[in-house]
Amino acid sequence: MRIWRFAVYAILLTSALVLTRCAQKSDARPVTVKGSDTMVILVQRWAEQYMGGHPGAVVQVTGGGSGTGIAALINGTTDICQSSRPMKDEERAQMKAKFGRDPSEILVARDGLAVYVNEANPLTEITLAQARAIYQGETENWKAIGGSDAPILLYSRENNSGTYAYFKEHVLDGGDFSARAQTLPGTAAVVNAVSKDVNGIGYGGDAYAKGVKMLALKRDDASPGVMPTDATIHDGSYPLARGLFYYLRGEASPPVKAFIDHCLSVEGQKLVAEVGYFPIAKAAP
Amino acid sequence: MSVLRPGIDPLSHRRLQRLREGVIEWALRACAFAAVAGLLLIIVFVFREAMPTLLNPATPKEASLAGFFATPLWQPVGDVPKYGLIPLLVGTLKVVIVAMLFATPLAVLAAVFSSEFATPRLREALKPIIEILAGIPSVVMGFFALIVLASWLQAVTGSSMRLNALNAGIALGLGVIPTVFTVAEDALRAVPKSYREASLALGASRWQTAWNVSLPAASAGVGAGVLLGLARAVGETMIVLMASGNAAITSATVFDSVRTLSASIAAELAEVVMGSPHYSVLFFLGALLFLVTFVINVAAGVFVVRLRRRLAGT
Repeated sequence: MRIWRFAVYAILLTSALVLTRCAQKSDARPVTVKGSDTMVILVQRWAEQYMGGHPGAVVQVTGGGSGTGIAALINGTTDICQSSRPMKDEERAQMKAKFGRDPSEILVARDGLAVYVNEANPLTEITLAQARAIYQGETENWKAIGGSDAPILLYSRENNSGTYAYFKEHVLDGGDFSARAQTLPGTAAVVNAVSKDVNGIGYGGDAYAKGVKMLALKRDDASPGVMPTDATIHDGSYPLARGLFYYLRGEASPPVKAFIDHCLSVEGQKLVAEVGYFPIAKAAP
Repeated sequence: MSVLRPGIDPLSHRRLQRLREGVIEWALRACAFAAVAGLLLIIVFVFREAMPTLLNPATPKEASLAGFFATPLWQPVGDVPKYGLIPLLVGTLKVVIVAMLFATPLAVLAAVFSSEFATPRLREALKPIIEILAGIPSVVMGFFALIVLASWLQAVTGSSMRLNALNAGIALGLGVIPTVFTVAEDALRAVPKSYREASLALGASRWQTAWNVSLPAASAGVGAGVLLGLARAVGETMIVLMASGNAAITSATVFDSVRTLSASIAAELAEVVMGSPHYSVLFFLGALLFLVTFVINVAAGVFVVRLRRRLAGT
């Protein structure tokens, strides 16, 4: 009965695989980090740097959006949540209800949210009110804000994105996006679309702005246009500066804590600047 | 029963054999029921998770049936979440109509050609090739639409939105063609030879025979193919997620970007907190999709039965 022998081998093989997997797991359980797509590149680089210095340690980084990461933290499927927005009160309440304590919040880097247009666009600066009018669908032509006579094409992010939530809160004052805004998965996709679309406008972390033009932001008509730089992010003169966070369920386990300490170390913070974000502490002049 | 081999009690041998066959039969029965049970559990799960939107009084007004039609906006994340279903329903409808208008004539005429006009050798080549189209992963089809088809269509139509209902619909149509073609072709091939011979003997041309005799005789099967294609188009996710631009616009033109029911579920379900109103609403969308495709599939089944009866009865 060859088929029986085959079945026995198959069962043995599978159980061997399962057992070795379990063994690996108990040996070095990976630290999982999940959440913001904005932070994926940064955290991935941190993880590589950390694993390089700590043989045997495993850090797994995945994106999906800040909302996805927070949901995963609440559902217990990740150790650390990376988030490009602070947790909402209702999310905090859910954490508290489920785990009996508030989540711990750790500021790990800073970011400037930039508004991009195509490189062929003559515009160089934009007020927050103009950006709001554009994204709410009130301004539909570039001519209205000093550009060429062409319709404005809006690019936005999926609603699980921390960047989306931040933009909605700080630029739209909590108002609704125009229904005409096309939603794309990830800031890289937004940058790519704007770089190809002469009439496009997009928003996202300034570290991603390759092949597109970043606009200087003005708080109102009278104030000067500000570009996101180390100085303007830290002194708060750039209007859309935000924190990038880690969230944990209560106390960190030793391997999780070791990884977070690494991110906050001098070496880790140096990497922040290399990737294109801004360290927590202001750089020495 | 004669004794086969000395030393073996024939009665116990027979009993052993009966026992073995019984075990096998029960194992097969268990497999069949496991498949059905899996399906039932999925249905129960989807509907149970969707229920709070309809029944739970604690559900916020926006996430209830009345809220779905109170706003023209689909923006489930924000201080005041908006769960307007109208743009999603309109978007789904637009993409599906474009897909079916594109796929149905192509697939049905290809089936007529393959079954009525092609030489046997050509048919042997044609059919597998079209059916290979069904094996192309939808993510590949979506990628093709996103990168190649969209730019091409924009150059031809001059639409301002690169990713729109037309682009997604045509890509979706490519995915639907093999389904419609295969079923329609099988139905046409099942038309008895005597029909065609009778028609040709009466002096009809081959085209007249195909159009006036074979196609009407197989119409129920062709209809079933179209319906199965429709069900696939309604439920297909990856192609529209990638090729449609996903802006929840309510408009009549196919040159606007659209957001479909299935793409909304795919884009948003990973993010929601389990049990939240947004989560329930997404499951409600899933239940809705399930019901629509279920009804279409049942209708297709009815058509197939009718075809069989017609071809057997006359």
